[in-house]
Amino acid sequence: METTRADVAIIGAGGAGLRAAIALAQADPKLKIALVSKVYPMRSHTCAAEGGAAGVIKADDSLEHHFDDTVGGGDWLSDQDAVDYFIGEAPKELIQLERWGCPWSREANGSVAVRPFGGMKKQRTWFAADKSGFHILHTLFQTSLQFPSIERFDEFYATELLREDGRVAGFTAIEMRSGQMRRFDARAVIICGGGAGRIFPFTTNGAIKTGDGMALAYRAGVPLKDMEFVQYHPTGLPSTGTLLTEACRGEGGVLVNRHGRRFLQDYGMGPETPLGRPVLKTMELGPRDRVSQAFWQEQQKGNMIPTQWGDAMLLDMRHLGEAKINERLPLVRDMSISYMGVDPVTDPVPVRPVVHYMMGGIHTDLKAATPLPGLFAAGECACVSINGANRLGSNSLTELLVFGRRAALSAMEYLQSGARAASESALATGADAARGRLRELLQRTGGKETVAGLRREMMHTMEANAGIYRTHEGLAEACVKLADLRRRYRAIELHDKTNVYNTDLLQALELGSMLDCAEAVAQCALARKESRGAHQRLDFAARDDRNFLRHSLAVFDPGASPRIEYLDVVITKSQPGVRDYSGGHE
Amino acid sequence: MGERTVEFEVLRYNPEKDAAPHFQRYSVKCREEWVVLDALNHIKESVDPTLSYRWSCHMAVCGSCGMMVNGEPKLACKSFLRDYPGLIRVEPLRHFPVERDLVTVIDDFVAKLARVKPFLIPQPGAAQAGTGEYAQTPAQLKRYKQFTLCINCMLCYAACPEYGLIPEYIGPAVIALGHRWNEDSRDGGRAQRQEELAATNGVWDCSFVGACSEVCPEHVDPAAAIQQVKIKSTIDWYTEHLMPWLNK
Ligand SMILES: Cc1cc2nc3c(=O)[nH]c(=O)nc-3n(C[C@H](O)[C@H](O)[C@H](O)COP(=O)(O)OP(=O)(O)OC[C@H]3O[C@@H](n4cnc5c(N)ncnc54)[C@H](O)[C@@H]3O)c2cc1C
Ligand code: SF4
Repeated sequence: METTRADVAIIGAGGAGLRAAIALAQADPKLKIALVSKVYPMRSHTCAAEGGAAGVIKADDSLEHHFDDTVGGGDWLSDQDAVDYFIGEAPKELIQLERWGCPWSREANGSVAVRPFGGMKKQRTWFAADKSGFHILHTLFQTSLQFPSIERFDEFYATELLREDGRVAGFTAIEMRSGQMRRFDARAVIICGGGAGRIFPFTTNGAIKTGDGMALAYRAGVPLKDMEFVQYHPTGLPSTGTLLTEACRGEGGVLVNRHGRRFLQDYGMGPETPLGRPVLKTMELGPRDRVSQAFWQEQQKGNMIPTQWGDAMLLDMRHLGEAKINERLPLVRDMSISYMGVDPVTDPVPVRPVVHYMMGGIHTDLKAATPLPGLFAAGECACVSINGANRLGSNSLTELLVFGRRAALSAMEYLQSGARAASESALATGADAARGRLRELLQRTGGKETVAGLRREMMHTMEANAGIYRTHEGLAEACVKLADLRRRYRAIELHDKTNVYNTDLLQALELGSMLDCAEAVAQCALARKESRGAHQRLDFAARDDRNFLRHSLAVFDPGASPRIEYLDVVITKSQPGVRDYSGGHE
Repeated sequence: MGERTVEFEVLRYNPEKDAAPHFQRYSVKCREEWVVLDALNHIKESVDPTLSYRWSCHMAVCGSCGMMVNGEPKLACKSFLRDYPGLIRVEPLRHFPVERDLVTVIDDFVAKLARVKPFLIPQPGAAQAGTGEYAQTPAQLKRYKQFTLCINCMLCYAACPEYGLIPEYIGPAVIALGHRWNEDSRDGGRAQRQEELAATNGVWDCSFVGACSEVCPEHVDPAAAIQQVKIKSTIDWYTEHLMPWLNK
């Protein structure tokens, strides 16, 4: 089998993976870095992020404010030592990006501009119009081209981690162009594989967000943490799920029901604020979990607007005026017109909550290290955890940078600590076995199941039972169904048994990842008998700090459902309190 | 809820099975609001799982789904069925080798992009000047902002007759991206990039047809970038050869 040897191999070349690669190349130009990605780096889903990246920069702001907003926004499930590190590094990372040439939007005096975002008490979201993630990704990708020590393997799909003596040793990947399996030997591996929103049918997430990175670690024995916390973004286009960024509301857009009422005031986020003058951390600038939940409540009351794609509310931006919409939200306007036929300059846009982000992911400590020696993780696939039970918008892009770099430094420290390379025999045996499993899937005949069929059933199960509000009955049903789907997955037969760019095969592998992630979501949700942040149980409506101020850990079992364990949350200075988004309190 | 049956003719090529590319017909029920990509996804899911193509974001920023739609370079996620009353013919992007079905080999573009050093090369002296942010006014940002919007979809390469004739030509998007950095007030790397931009297969290969800007889904206007680079390179030449004292 063709083999590539590297000091550090990175799986994923989105924001997190590129940041990690650059940090390694800068720290030691002699390091051999392999950057492996199933898509060309600039196709990674970081490109879709619109609103911006949070970091304290302005004089009226402080690290304490960012800390409090993040921890409260996360309903006290965030690890506070990790949040502390995060907010401290955040401004440095954003300035670093500036120095690499990111085209941040500017104030008249030439300093970087910031905008308001949901759940943030101060304006601290750096932005590049409404294509912030796109610019961050392209700035990182183009910057990475100056480092010869970063060797890229574009369109290589990682399939399994290799291990020896309880340490990571590398992984196997399919070269998509040839269909050949390649072995990557590396003493340290960093997983930056992105999120898993595609386990749901209606999502802002692109086709590539199938949880592969999470599944790679999970199957190698690393727990997935807090998987039950799935973020719904309140404002997706009902037709396609395309996101209209929170910056729409940051700039002053408002949400109304069918009676024209700004209904958020009826759900603890009032009193109503003046039109066109948004007030931070209240009404439309409340946190995403609360706003999405308010939508659901209004929908139960019949206050929403029926559309051919389901119920919607209206996002009204007309009062912002054409000039401001064009300057600050050009993509939003373009997409509303293209995909909904509605121009936000002249009409309110129908929107509804849409699956957006996984707060959970690969269990790491605050140095981005997993419990498996040599394995690190960063970005959306990881759970450090700074986001707790509900991520604040614009914390994620910053997280990619801060922990992408942190993972790189930790990998360096790990190498310097004298970590041994794995033996050739262990690597060869592991890789051959991985290739054997792949061949078996590719050549299998007589299977009764199809990729598309199982995927549809999985998505339907998740939508019906693991959405904004959950119950014991629904989750229990989902768990049974997902276990069954995992079993039936073994009977998949591919239609395409050829080698070159076989997307039937790749989608089958992605489905395998998604089923594992989906089951972890459902099992953790079933076991968490409380409501916190994005995890809302109709049968356990209150937060229960006595029993559940803890992270869930799902531990993989190849033949059965995962075992669920718990880990205490790190609390350093902020005791769990009330999340207050009523604008009246100050 | 409008639905209609749409006829597709999709180019198929599997190097392991096919001696040559051929067209395959699909007749599928489509919703009126769909884009071509939705129809391809529907075909892949319900009709023919062997069809291969690239896509991810479905919002015209990842740049994956460039293909020829009725002979024009388009993003499949932004080609609305309502704009195509009859048969829709879908082919891989022109001027690129076909890897499989609608998937092209894009090594050439990726290699060329690296050659123009598309990253910030600090101005001499400025590099160590501090670790804080550079100041940049909105007006300075505006000078290059449009050229940062390139999503690397390569539609402009498929539209460019010169690239079809001279494969060595570095092409519209790469020039626009090189120019983007030259025009950035924080950058000092123009002289280095000029080696590629003004070289034999740089801007001078362009005969200014302007097709690149017409097909660009992001309004980058690479033709404008090419024109600006040409003008500036000409000025360079004059200052060097006719007014050498200016260089002193
Ligand atoms: C529409 C949208 C808007 C958003 N807006 C914002 C915002 O304004 N602010 C904010 O902070 N956050 C935002 N987010 C969230 C944020 O963009 C993401 O969480 C973040 O970009 C994820 O980055 P990443 O580097 O972890 O993963 P990605 O950018 O998704 O990259 C994942 C990488 O892993 C690779 N990969 C995956 N599986 C494999 C495999 N098997 N083998 C090899 N490679 C693999 C992929 O090829 C890719 O390179 C938004 C998200 C979406 C969807
Ligand atoms: S310049 Fe326009 S058409 Fe060309 S690659 Fe960039 S975005 Fe695509």
